[in-house]
Amino acid sequence: MAEFWIVDFVPLLAASLSALACALVGNLLILTRRAMAADALSHAVVPGVVVAVAITGLSGSIVVLAGGLAAAFAASGLVAFLIRAGRVEPGTALGVVFTTFFAFGILVLEWTGLSRTGFDIHHVVTGYLEGLIWVSRDPGGTAGFFQSLMDLPQVVFELALVLVLVAAILAAFRKEFALLAFDPVFARASGLPVGLLEAALLTATALACTAAFKSVGVVLAVAMIVCPAATARLLTTRLSHQMALSAAIALATVFAGYAAAVFGPRLFGSALALNAAGTIGAMAGLALAATAALRARG
Amino acid sequence: MDRLAITPPEALAPAIGHLAVVGLSVAYRGVPVLSDVTWSAPASGLTAIVGPNGAGKSTLIKAILGLVPSTGRVTIGGRSVDAMRDATAYVPQRATVDWDFPATALDVVLQGMVREPGWFRGYGRARRERALALLDRVGLADLASRQIGQMSGGQQQRVFLARGLARNAAILFLDEPLAGVDAASERIILDVFDTLDRDGRLVVCVHHDLGTVSERFADVLVLNKTVIAAGPVALAFTPQNLARAYGVPLTV
Repeated sequence: MAEFWIVDFVPLLAASLSALACALVGNLLILTRRAMAADALSHAVVPGVVVAVAITGLSGSIVVLAGGLAAAFAASGLVAFLIRAGRVEPGTALGVVFTTFFAFGILVLEWTGLSRTGFDIHHVVTGYLEGLIWVSRDPGGTAGFFQSLMDLPQVVFELALVLVLVAAILAAFRKEFALLAFDPVFARASGLPVGLLEAALLTATALACTAAFKSVGVVLAVAMIVCPAATARLLTTRLSHQMALSAAIALATVFAGYAAAVFGPRLFGSALALNAAGTIGAMAGLALAATAALRARG
Repeated sequence: MDRLAITPPEALAPAIGHLAVVGLSVAYRGVPVLSDVTWSAPASGLTAIVGPNGAGKSTLIKAILGLVPSTGRVTIGGRSVDAMRDATAYVPQRATVDWDFPATALDVVLQGMVREPGWFRGYGRARRERALALLDRVGLADLASRQIGQMSGGQQQRVFLARGLARNAAILFLDEPLAGVDAASERIILDVFDTLDRDGRLVVCVHHDLGTVSERFADVLVLNKTVIAAGPVALAFTPQNLARAYGVPLTV
């Protein structure tokens, strides 16, 4: 049991927090057919974070989140500009901007030498859940429970903060977002500040992506934005039910995926463990495929 | 107007003044869709906008409501449409939204009140009851909790009408509300129009069926990229004006 608290608890907690934040914003993105935009955004935040850390020399939560947000707004502004002024087709604009941003982020990682410190490019992509260890929960430790809470990796607090922010934004504007997703023209005709609401949704999405990428990786962020919401979408016809269901599915896939990473290889006699972010993402995809297949039959 | 007050569906139309369009032009990528539309709407009653396909009928409604970029001036009682937003309601074409969206008929009607409760708040019981009353008025009280994708086209159109009514506006703009609806839905929609007329509201309605203009509408705007004729049906809805708009002789 002690091993669970030291080795497994924090990765599970971090993956759960970021999966919840991503899944919640995913509901609105799925309904507006913007899953690809979420994919783009999750990559586009990378250079913002890297540049912010390189310039300030700090890697605190505020610097990381501010950098991610700035890049997200810059990228969506650029996409909108290409579509409007350059008359580029929206899918193309999205593809061009996010690959350019992501590539630029990787270049900055290399130039600044950040890639040799905490920002391994593999971790950016596939996450590094296994690196999240809760040192003071070891059995011989003398630290009290609350004191040892302070020893949790910084990323856990970052993810918890982001989850609270995302949930607050979605709750504050829940009826406005629902209308905006269903009928944006009527929303504007009714005098809703559509631009501000879009910015709020972009903020929530960028926060979820940014928080995710340092520990759980871009891949898991994308999987968690798209899969749980898309699965829930197949199972219910009420938006509130869909939101709740997507959260439950996100948590279930995190636990199932993590278990698969830890125990899966042992079934085949291997002592290695799989990359947990990878198995969680795969589990989320499987859940979606299985639900779709069941629905197609039934 | 008190934003937080919950107005009953049959609240009287506030006197908000006159809708005037002056020199309104819309172009899409350099191609003119509407040019120099000048139109003085009647104070109240039922007005049809007619014209051939591509005449810019839907675009005119959207431009009046500020939903597409345009040049020119639109005023209601001398003030800009943005300032008079709550005097207007828009009922878009049914095909503009995805009816598979996870929402019930009641959810959609409530959207018409989206700005009333304020941020953070839900719609609340009183607004739900008001939305239910509006659904009842369009004959759909039994289907309040039905998913909107599981309704017929006519029923969906009536849900959209009820959502427009929920805005309790003095001026309602409707885009082809009678296109492709069944006879029962058409009767109910026209019945609601009559009530709106009696309430002293202005109903501006894009209408495709020239054969029914005279019996259903008091005023008409004949449009083909610009105003061909406008005024009471008896004066403006003439074979000459229609021939000019449609480019071919028509009898009505």
